Amino acid sequence: MPTFALIDGNSFYASCERVFRPDLAKTPIVVLSNNDGCVVTRTREAKALGIRMGAPYFEVAHLERKGLLTVFSSNYELYADMSRRMMDTIASLVPRFEVYSIDECFADLTGLPDDPTDLGQRIRARVEQWVGLPTCVGIGPSKTLAKFCNHLAKRHGKLAGVLDWGGLSPERQAKALASEPAAEVWGIGRRLAEQLAGLGVHNALQLARADPALIRRRFGVVVERVVRELNGVSCLALEDVAPPRQQLVRSRSFGKLLHERDALAAALAHHTAQAAHDLRAQGSVAGLLGVQLHTHRFREQDAQYHACDWRPLPVASSDTLALIRAALALLDRLYRKGYAYKKVGVMLAELQTGATRQADWLAPETDPARLALLGALDTVNHRYGRGTLRLGAEAIASGWQMRRDKPSPCYTTRFAELPSADARMQDE
Amino acid sequence: MTPHLNPVALAPAAATTALMHARVQAGFPSPAESYAAGTLDFNQYLVAHPPATFALYAAGDSMSDAGIDDGDLLVVDRAREPLSGDIVIVQLATEFTVKRLRKTPAGLELHPENARVPYPILRPGGDEEWRLVGVVTFIIKHACPRSR
Repeated sequence: MPTFALIDGNSFYASCERVFRPDLAKTPIVVLSNNDGCVVTRTREAKALGIRMGAPYFEVAHLERKGLLTVFSSNYELYADMSRRMMDTIASLVPRFEVYSIDECFADLTGLPDDPTDLGQRIRARVEQWVGLPTCVGIGPSKTLAKFCNHLAKRHGKLAGVLDWGGLSPERQAKALASEPAAEVWGIGRRLAEQLAGLGVHNALQLARADPALIRRRFGVVVERVVRELNGVSCLALEDVAPPRQQLVRSRSFGKLLHERDALAAALAHHTAQAAHDLRAQGSVAGLLGVQLHTHRFREQDAQYHACDWRPLPVASSDTLALIRAALALLDRLYRKGYAYKKVGVMLAELQTGATRQADWLAPETDPARLALLGALDTVNHRYGRGTLRLGAEAIASGWQMRRDKPSPCYTTRFAELPSADARMQDE
Repeated sequence: MTPHLNPVALAPAAATTALMHARVQAGFPSPAESYAAGTLDFNQYLVAHPPATFALYAAGDSMSDAGIDDGDLLVVDRAREPLSGDIVIVQLATEFTVKRLRKTPAGLELHPENARVPYPILRPGGDEEWRLVGVVTFIIKHACPRSR
């Protein structure tokens, strides 16, 4: 039977800030979205102040003025680096895993001799020690149940951050499902939950006990799959990733294995152009771009390499060239010669709708000549200094600086912003 | 405008430098096996556990006899188990501090190393919040004032 784990960082952005600010270890923190718009991350203490997710900054400003709340602009450079560290740390303990978003990943624990709960605790302890970030781990026979257990592990402090579905008696399992609304199940959105309520399905247990054939007729095969997964039947393999909310993912496995960087770059540029196109179609811009690179998981005779990294965009953008450039830069960082690659993918996160849309100056988007242009651009900038040549869209964007009134230092990626360790003596 | 600064060199190949062909008489500890494509990758030398390695600056003089001076860059490995005698980064209350760790039968001690100033030995515990963050594995200092 397959075993999956879903590992995610608690209040991830705020926890990244806390690693370098021990003085904020137990205080309420929120992190704002692009342009200091609204609250995207709250610590438990901030939730206790009654701050809601998505609250605009002006709604919480009075708490900050009274000294009850610390507010940060989002620092994607820091979060991207901390994410990479967290994922690399998890990778040191599990044989196979896939990054799902900047702060969560699925791991495949199938066939491991370890007790799942013990392994979950080891993962938590190692991420905490190596990187300083608190995490929760949910484990189950399907990805949907792993995600569900993760949710419960986060909610119930006495679980110590890890919950294994297989460790619960059938009665406890039923009770756990009954305790959560159907909308809390992975893949069940609010609209769907309302329709399900019309059928008398309100909580996750009722959803699990619903007739799969009926569900399929009314809602299609995707929702039927959710029902089967809730009953412990794994329908989603590790790489079947439904994109999380607020994220756009474009990836595909190659027909044949690819070895060369240039071949990967062409595929990645294609996916990125497609993602940029979809982003513009929905009138959004992305603040953060990630790239994933995978060898063939099931060719055990081949050397395996799985890598993922994120890069903040200087200005939230949907511009094809800006996104491709960021994607290719990440590819160059991740690419290792000598592996046979099966899959490359791009992830766009921190999406923001209704912002200034930048014109897509150059099309067709993946024309090799355009890619050569990108290369020339980078060569010039490398030789004569950053910003010597810029894309039109960037030049326009530099006229309006993104609003970042409450920035934190890039503690891990810039020499000028590293933290200090005191070798003076504290006053006794 | 702020000058563009290189990322702290943790990613492979982020900090490479041309390989010198002359032998250094003083006996530079040679990571000769590790060079590739004619450059030395200092990350290979300095970073044993990339996801767990951080860098920070030292402030003050309480560790000057250990070779740590104000402004030195410290490489910190959070994956390495702190042993008695290691120089460690400790989070003490709300600050980070750098000290020599001594494990004694009575508990852990944090020793300053500066014979000229009588800094006290710290014995954290009781109700004071503290935690061992990591082990200092390298101290990087400027040997030439002009290179600052």
